[in-house]
Amino acid sequence: MALSDRRDLLILGGGLVGMTLALAAAKEGFSSHVVDRADPAELTAEGFDGRASAISTASWNLFRNIGLAEGLDKHACPIATIAVTDQLKPGRIDFSPEPHEGTLGRMFANRQLRLALFEAARGEPLIAWHSQAEIVARERGEHAVSATLADGQELAGALMIAAEGRGSPTREEAGLAIAKWDYRHRAIITGLEHEKPHENVAWEIFYPAGPFALLPMLDGADGTHRSALVWTVDEADAAGTLKLSDRAFLAEVDKRMGDLFGAVTAVGPRASFPLGFHHTARITGDRLALVGDSAHGIHPIAGQGLNLGLRDVGALVEVLADGARLGLEPGDAQLLARYEKWRGLDAFMVALATDGLTRLFGIPGPAASAVRRFGMGGVQRMPLLKRWFMDEARGVSGDVPEMLRA
Amino acid sequence: MSDATTSPRSNSTPPSTGGATIRPEEAEHFGRLAREWWDPQGSSAMLHRLNPVRLGFIREAVDEHWGGDAESAKPLAGKTALDVGCGAGLLCEPLARLGAAVTGVDAAPENVAAATAHADGARLDIRYLPGELAELDLGRFDLVTCLEVIEHVADKAVLLRSLAERLVPGGLAILSTPNRTPQSKLLLVEGAEAVGMIPKGTHHWSDFVTPEELCELLREAGLEPLAMKGIGFSPMKGLHLSDDLSLNYILSAKPA
Repeated sequence: MALSDRRDLLILGGGLVGMTLALAAAKEGFSSHVVDRADPAELTAEGFDGRASAISTASWNLFRNIGLAEGLDKHACPIATIAVTDQLKPGRIDFSPEPHEGTLGRMFANRQLRLALFEAARGEPLIAWHSQAEIVARERGEHAVSATLADGQELAGALMIAAEGRGSPTREEAGLAIAKWDYRHRAIITGLEHEKPHENVAWEIFYPAGPFALLPMLDGADGTHRSALVWTVDEADAAGTLKLSDRAFLAEVDKRMGDLFGAVTAVGPRASFPLGFHHTARITGDRLALVGDSAHGIHPIAGQGLNLGLRDVGALVEVLADGARLGLEPGDAQLLARYEKWRGLDAFMVALATDGLTRLFGIPGPAASAVRRFGMGGVQRMPLLKRWFMDEARGVSGDVPEMLRA
Repeated sequence: MSDATTSPRSNSTPPSTGGATIRPEEAEHFGRLAREWWDPQGSSAMLHRLNPVRLGFIREAVDEHWGGDAESAKPLAGKTALDVGCGAGLLCEPLARLGAAVTGVDAAPENVAAATAHADGARLDIRYLPGELAELDLGRFDLVTCLEVIEHVADKAVLLRSLAERLVPGGLAILSTPNRTPQSKLLLVEGAEAVGMIPKGTHHWSDFVTPEELCELLREAGLEPLAMKGIGFSPMKGLHLSDDLSLNYILSAKPA
């Protein structure tokens, strides 16, 4: 192994979370290897598939702090209002922030986020990006970590970071136990084109089978109005729903949307994700840290998991930078302990995991019942409510990573 | 200083023989622990946890003393540092990363061997020497650190004088040690050692020195105390710097 190949961080997984981490770390002077098996060209290919992420204000601050906000701004679709209805019956409840409270978040096509991240990564000398690379061996030693690629190349670093998503092989190999709650439902995700503008409203329409969410996206280049659909269906019905012809699928969607956005004119390719919750008991090991979905995931509904992952990124980079100021190297066990304490399994996550949101709130009245129906994704999307809840549940405030502050 | 007059310290500590300020049985005790030093969950777990806290104090003292930038990566670049009682290099390695040319001295050869091996693995160029400070011809340093050592030393005045002699004019010394209070007796000696957080036999409470006594000893040795902080413990914050000196404290000093 060439000595020059040893970097500060060995980031396994170069998706949205892994690449944001590499860029945020580079801002603090940390060099990294980023290893990903995917082909970036495929991940950024044209197309409107509804794979989108809600970027919270805190996450947006992180993008600003690593210099991505300026280029991304034109691709953002602000969420002005979140509307909640029960099967499109009258009595919609709106969540609209006061003007001084800013937006409820910004919707982005994941493709746009990747384009911005990948471009920034290519221009960052501290990042060595190894795409379309298969890892055949991982090693965590006393002084360094390494990954061997299928072509025989060995990449080394001081700290290994698993940013591979929910099925993280690095986490599995490290034997970090994972707790899973399977809701026996799947989220079907696709992009919709519709007749009327969405007016920056995110819709959460409750059906007995689960929520049907419409997330506002920017109009297409030709002026078509677009939204991302996250449709929760029973596991047993998922395969059938995915196999429907476009026309039959459109009809099903139309039935559930009513006349909300006028006629639905087109659907993009469909994808589906199992709905569930997972969290590892520990998010660190010897010279190992988990970030994003490798460590914990909530409903993939509405892409809220990314905000959680970006909070991991902010926390980990802050811990490493604080450590470097004290002469502690990135793999230092005390730094990982601080990250673990900051972002690891805590009461709040356990509460979520056990479906305890409603039980925990336990507040009578219409607002609380709206919150209950709104569910996890909704609370995640409400920064104020979320902040209140987080602070209440964790008994701490001011734990927002520096990079996620304005 | 009222504590000093009632202290049993001066009666119970055996006299130092010549320049040997570390008691032989103490050096042997840490030598046995040398292999475990670098295990963050091992017998030195408390020292590992203490490390970021005391490094936080050192960083601030260094920036303050030499007018450095609090964000710079190498605040000790171009400076020499000596760590007395370096153990297996827990402090020397961060100091080297901060840019200093570091020398570590420890009475136990096993510690020095462990420290050297670890620095090699970490690719850090640190000079480690076994032996007694007074018997080594080391020259002078910009920064001299002596953390969690003085409480193990019989003749504290001798140690402080040899620390002062190793400092260049305009240099900076950092010391830390447990206070001699009912709290430290309960927590450090009886509590932490009883539950195994600190190895049994690490501390003899009567050898502890109070901040007032230490400041007086420093002045006698020709050093002027600059800043002092307590190292406290709470279940929420863990070990942290505080204004409460009752458990453990860390201070900076310069040649008077």
